[in-house]
Amino acid sequence: MCALSELKTGQDATVVGLRADHDFVQRLHALGVRIGRSVRIIRRGALNGPLQLRIGTTDIMLRRTEAALIDTTETAVRA
Amino acid sequence: MKRIALLGMPNCGKSSLFNRVTGASARIGNWPGITVDLMRARILLGAHMVEVVDLPGIYDLNGYTEDEQVVRDFLGSQPVDLLVMVINAAQAERQLRLFLQARTLGVPMVVLFNMADEARRLGISIDRDAFTEHTGITAHSISAKFGDGVPQALAQIGHLLSDTAPSTPSFDALAAADLEHALDQLAHQSIDTPVTLSARHTDRIDRAALHPLLGPALFIAAMALVFNAVFLLGAPLQEGIGGLFDWLRSAALVPLLAPLPAWASGFLIEGIYNGVSTVATFVPLIVLFFFLMALVEDSGYLSRAAFLMDAFMSRIGLDGRSFVMLVMGFGCNVPALMGTRIMRARPLRLLSMLIIPLSLCSARLQVFLFIGAAIFPAKWAPWALLSLYLFSIAAAVLTAWLFRKKFASREPFALELPPYRLPTLRHVLLRGWHEVRHFVNRASRFIIAGVALVWLLTHLPVGVDAASTASWAGQIGSWLQPLLSPIGIDAQLTLALLFGFVAKEVMIGAMAVIFGQETGALGDTLAQHMNIAQAYSFMLFTLLYTPCLSTLATLQSESRDWRFTTLAVAWPLALAWGVAWLAYTGLSALAH
Ligand SMILES: Nc1nc2c(ncn2[C@@H]2O[C@H](COP(=O)(O)OP(=O)(O)OP(=O)(O)O)[C@@H](O)[C@H]2O)c(=O)[nH]1
Ligand SMILES: [Mg+2]
Repeated sequence: MCALSELKTGQDATVVGLRADHDFVQRLHALGVRIGRSVRIIRRGALNGPLQLRIGTTDIMLRRTEAALIDTTETAVRA
Repeated sequence: MKRIALLGMPNCGKSSLFNRVTGASARIGNWPGITVDLMRARILLGAHMVEVVDLPGIYDLNGYTEDEQVVRDFLGSQPVDLLVMVINAAQAERQLRLFLQARTLGVPMVVLFNMADEARRLGISIDRDAFTEHTGITAHSISAKFGDGVPQALAQIGHLLSDTAPSTPSFDALAAADLEHALDQLAHQSIDTPVTLSARHTDRIDRAALHPLLGPALFIAAMALVFNAVFLLGAPLQEGIGGLFDWLRSAALVPLLAPLPAWASGFLIEGIYNGVSTVATFVPLIVLFFFLMALVEDSGYLSRAAFLMDAFMSRIGLDGRSFVMLVMGFGCNVPALMGTRIMRARPLRLLSMLIIPLSLCSARLQVFLFIGAAIFPAKWAPWALLSLYLFSIAAAVLTAWLFRKKFASREPFALELPPYRLPTLRHVLLRGWHEVRHFVNRASRFIIAGVALVWLLTHLPVGVDAASTASWAGQIGSWLQPLLSPIGIDAQLTLALLFGFVAKEVMIGAMAVIFGQETGALGDTLAQHMNIAQAYSFMLFTLLYTPCLSTLATLQSESRDWRFTTLAVAWPLALAWGVAWLAYTGLSALAH
């Protein structure tokens, strides 16, 4: 298990835990970041900038501090 | 009368649908949170007169931001006959969550799966029969942007309205709603998504637009291009129209008004006509500018700007969204101020609202184009303009940095990066048309009254030479001289600045009246009146000094805090004076 912020760029992972406050978890849910969903980091912003994430057909940006509150497990590499 | 409300997540196309159905011109943009207030319009649908309400987009009915509050207040207080739930079909697997919440409100509902065109391209299909079977709610597939499926959906809505009664939603069942499990189930039953999505052109564009070095370079290049285009295309256009107005004046207006007493024809021609027509010569330019703005706002680039700038903005106490509002402020500060409603933390919102009035809006652009073209050599003028934009951003950054401790906040946020989209020609034209109407509106409210007042102040008491030191305008000017002469602004221009407080466009009209000139000759008069140091100082002062009346009213209504509003007026004024003084002394020293 590792925090989303530690995930390698381009690596598929599954969300297994959300440790943010209640309101923000609701917002993440509305954006598709839910337990069991698959997520991938598309790119990391320069100078410690935000992450671009892809969940299904939705792309979002999230700061690294918030991404650190999302637990993931790596999904097996696709064949 | 029946009432229907468009409910849906941000950026799913509610306002596009609203415009298409009602013919209204609500603002549309590829940015989540363009609509932050209610908009209503009436249409005849079948046998019913129907009021259609366009709501701000919301992520959650339990939402906590100001724009989500607008929706809750509306739903809690005004009965609706039918909720029209708009869902981005390409993102239905997550957007259906809001549908599951809305279903608990106990109001009749119809679901429109919008952006059918994009979903089709991604290979996503929605089984509407299965959806209706499991939820008992009729669904349609539409494309609000291109119009497919909209007539059928409307016919169905008209049909449904025949046996509905208005009801006020009840929020009692909302908290207990099972969302997560029900969502998985519903998505499984009704949405078919391909296992791997085809590569999108958005990804290819992002590789350049979000590149750590190329991205910012592209941003600055695009900005320079836009302002050069406005200058190169706009300046001759403005001059041509000025010539037309002058011709109209000497060919028709002067002979027509000849029988009137001198003071009356003076008031009508040199006051009202010169003032208003000088401002009006800028309309085509503003339309052109808003064509370009529409292109930027509808492309989806704003979210990318937020991504690029977030790291920097976080160091001055803001985030990427604040930067986007600054860019939006280039059009007009008022909607940009209202756009901060998507922020939850109040200090963050206030700090953003403090810097937005420093953003060089299209009204100030007119003043600068005018003075720039009159005083600077043609080669320099576009760069002088670009430098003012950079000053505008620098002033915003400095302000945020200075006040970051006073308005400290830490708001977690997640922002959608929607796919790039091309606006339709219809949309761009509509936006231009909207700006013309906006201008006529302002002209009838502020500009006529403003230039009339300027004329009176420059011609009273009876018998004085126009705009001389003996006139009331002259007296006001000399009274303020101790304050303004150190920055190179003389008594005559003072009055223009005073009226710029009402609306910046009025400044140009006021100058036309003060110098008693028709449009064509005003530039030359101005050039004799000011040197480059004075002109640049005047422009910097105008850029920063106080927000216009509408902006001020919005600052107060959005913050509901007089102390904040006072700060938002006093600080820019002090900053403006300081910057103008530096520029004036510096440039004057250089010239010697
Ligand atoms: N491809 C496609 N794009 C659409 C469609 N409908 C809307 N859009 C685009 O989606 C973006 C958002 O449209 P809006 O109408 O502003 O969305 P909204 O739901 O009012 O957004 P908010 O006011 O922010 O809640 C714009 O760029 C539209 O041009 C559609 O059917 N197909
Ligand atoms: Mg909208």
